[in-house]
Amino acid sequence: MEQRIAVLVTTVLCALLLAVFALVARSASASGTAEQIAAGAARWRRTSFWALVIVFVPTIAYSLTRMPYPSASEGPASIVVDATGHQWAWELTPTAVPAGQPVEIRVTGADVNHGFGIYDAGGRLLTQTQAMPGYTNVIRYTFATPGTYRILCLEYCGLGHHTMASQLVVTAVR
Amino acid sequence: MTSGMPDVRTRAPETSYTPGATLPGRGVVSLYMAITALVLALLMVFGLLMRASQAGIIAIPANRFYQLLTAHGIGMVAISGLGGAGVMWYFLSRYVALSRAILIANLAFFLAGVVCVLGAIFIGGFAAAWTFLFPLPARSLGVWGPGATASYLIGVLLVGVGFLLLYLDTARAILNKYGSLGRALGWPQAFGKATVDAPPPTVVASTVVTIINIPAIAVGAVILTISLVNTYAPAFQVNALLAKNLIYFFGHVFINSTIYMSVIGVYEILPSFTGRPWKSSKPFLLAWTATMLMVLAVYPHHLFMDYANPRWANVLGQILSYTSGLPVLTVTAIATLANVYRSGMKWNMTSSLLFVSIMGWSVGIVPAIVDGTIAINRVMHNTQWVPGHFHIYLLLGVVAMSFGFMYFLAGMSGATDDMLDRVALWLYVAGGFAFSAVFLAAGAVSVPRRWAVHMLPWRGLDGLGTLFALVTIAGVVVFVVRFLGRARALRA
Repeated sequence: MEQRIAVLVTTVLCALLLAVFALVARSASASGTAEQIAAGAARWRRTSFWALVIVFVPTIAYSLTRMPYPSASEGPASIVVDATGHQWAWELTPTAVPAGQPVEIRVTGADVNHGFGIYDAGGRLLTQTQAMPGYTNVIRYTFATPGTYRILCLEYCGLGHHTMASQLVVTAVR
Repeated sequence: MTSGMPDVRTRAPETSYTPGATLPGRGVVSLYMAITALVLALLMVFGLLMRASQAGIIAIPANRFYQLLTAHGIGMVAISGLGGAGVMWYFLSRYVALSRAILIANLAFFLAGVVCVLGAIFIGGFAAAWTFLFPLPARSLGVWGPGATASYLIGVLLVGVGFLLLYLDTARAILNKYGSLGRALGWPQAFGKATVDAPPPTVVASTVVTIINIPAIAVGAVILTISLVNTYAPAFQVNALLAKNLIYFFGHVFINSTIYMSVIGVYEILPSFTGRPWKSSKPFLLAWTATMLMVLAVYPHHLFMDYANPRWANVLGQILSYTSGLPVLTVTAIATLANVYRSGMKWNMTSSLLFVSIMGWSVGIVPAIVDGTIAINRVMHNTQWVPGHFHIYLLLGVVAMSFGFMYFLAGMSGATDDMLDRVALWLYVAGGFAFSAVFLAAGAVSVPRRWAVHMLPWRGLDGLGTLFALVTIAGVVVFVVRFLGRARALRA
């Protein structure tokens, strides 16, 4: 979902910007009155400023309600996975969790910074956090679908970075 | 799209450069730009090799891949800084009395640092990425030794010392002329009634860069030194999260400054093509001050996935991600469009590249802001979406500014553009956008960044990226050869 939003917003706005620059580039060979154009530019500047305010304020406000950080009001999850990043392997305990129930994944790094990324069977990144020495970052996630999920390292951690993969099995609820 | 250089002598408004004027330091600036041109091309080839290896077209061992990755990253940051410094110095020296000796000293420190960094990487095997996140430099599991780590860290420190000297000199010169940094930022005009006697855009931008980069380099020096001590005394530790904060503060401010230095070329040169002066209007002055304040506090957007980072800092990071770059970008983009619109401007390589640079900067901001949203960063952070957005505003922003400035300098030697230049321009623009778009597409399908070996389903996009990297480099090679061929005439 988030990836689709990102692609859609980026495609539309980038295309719009490119079109504006292209139109202005095409107009450059014509002549116009600098004063009139300056006045028009000032209007555009004001308009774009307020347009950005109108778009940004609700976007920021809404998106901040969708932050992945766990909140204290959620209470402890009954299913806990401890995940530790080592150069260059993941240590997961347990390695299987049930679908449909909130899982608390406690992520840390034993040596250097790693990135704990959870991928679904289709290769789509679902969520992530950093695995950092001295800290435990907590992901709360409910796996909707049973299956095998891949854990890939998403923070460069040295020579074996790209080999640092593991699996988390999500089982069907009986 | 191009034709001969316009007669800027007859059309030059007050802020434009007057051709024929011999400025002190022009030869040194040309040397800055020649080094920039060569290093940019070399590092682009490194990038090409990495993409080709990920595509499975060539086989680069993982240790060599990560060395190339480290060299590409730190090299691009540093050379963008050097090219930007060349542009800034060249034009700022019109307004304030800068030291040519310091300009040379910066280059000497830079070259000494580059020797250390290259030795660390390609002789010592150092490959902790340009971000050298603590404590990776000292924990390679035997892949590289402490000597290589020390050489890298000292090399980056040397480059930083050179830039620090340069900014201390710009601070000195600006203060000598304007009396205070506030006046050089145009605060009396920004917060007063009239903009008469406002400092020129070049001075405003240079002052902002000076103010933000001095603390950035100082902070960078702190974490580099801590990492250096940790290399030989592992018991000497720093909190890994604090280290990340220090590194990203330094890195974010420094790389943004490369844009702010390079855009001075747009402010100074573009008006000479359009005949319309670039004025320090009230919105312009306010925008630069706003950006100066926000860019110092926006770096936590690199730490969104560090859940342990204070939440207020990450929330602030998102809000400022949306707002920090926009003031300057908006006033610069709209002013560029207004400057060019129906101006009767004739296109040549200089004007085209400078126009493209503002387009690249503007377009690149879009996917950057998207990624600066915490809820989206959760599935985009450290995927190839990230190199996707920064390649747009660096490859098609800063690099275009640098080459635009180089064509401007080369044009002063009497040379004109021809068909080959125009073809190169189109290859560079089309190839650069397509290359960056492939990164974005790969990020959208969750391909991680900084992986030496890619899984089979990702390799189709890697192949496309390789192709477009080749196209981009083909254009850039022409720029480089053209500039080097003409630069000799500028050494006088």
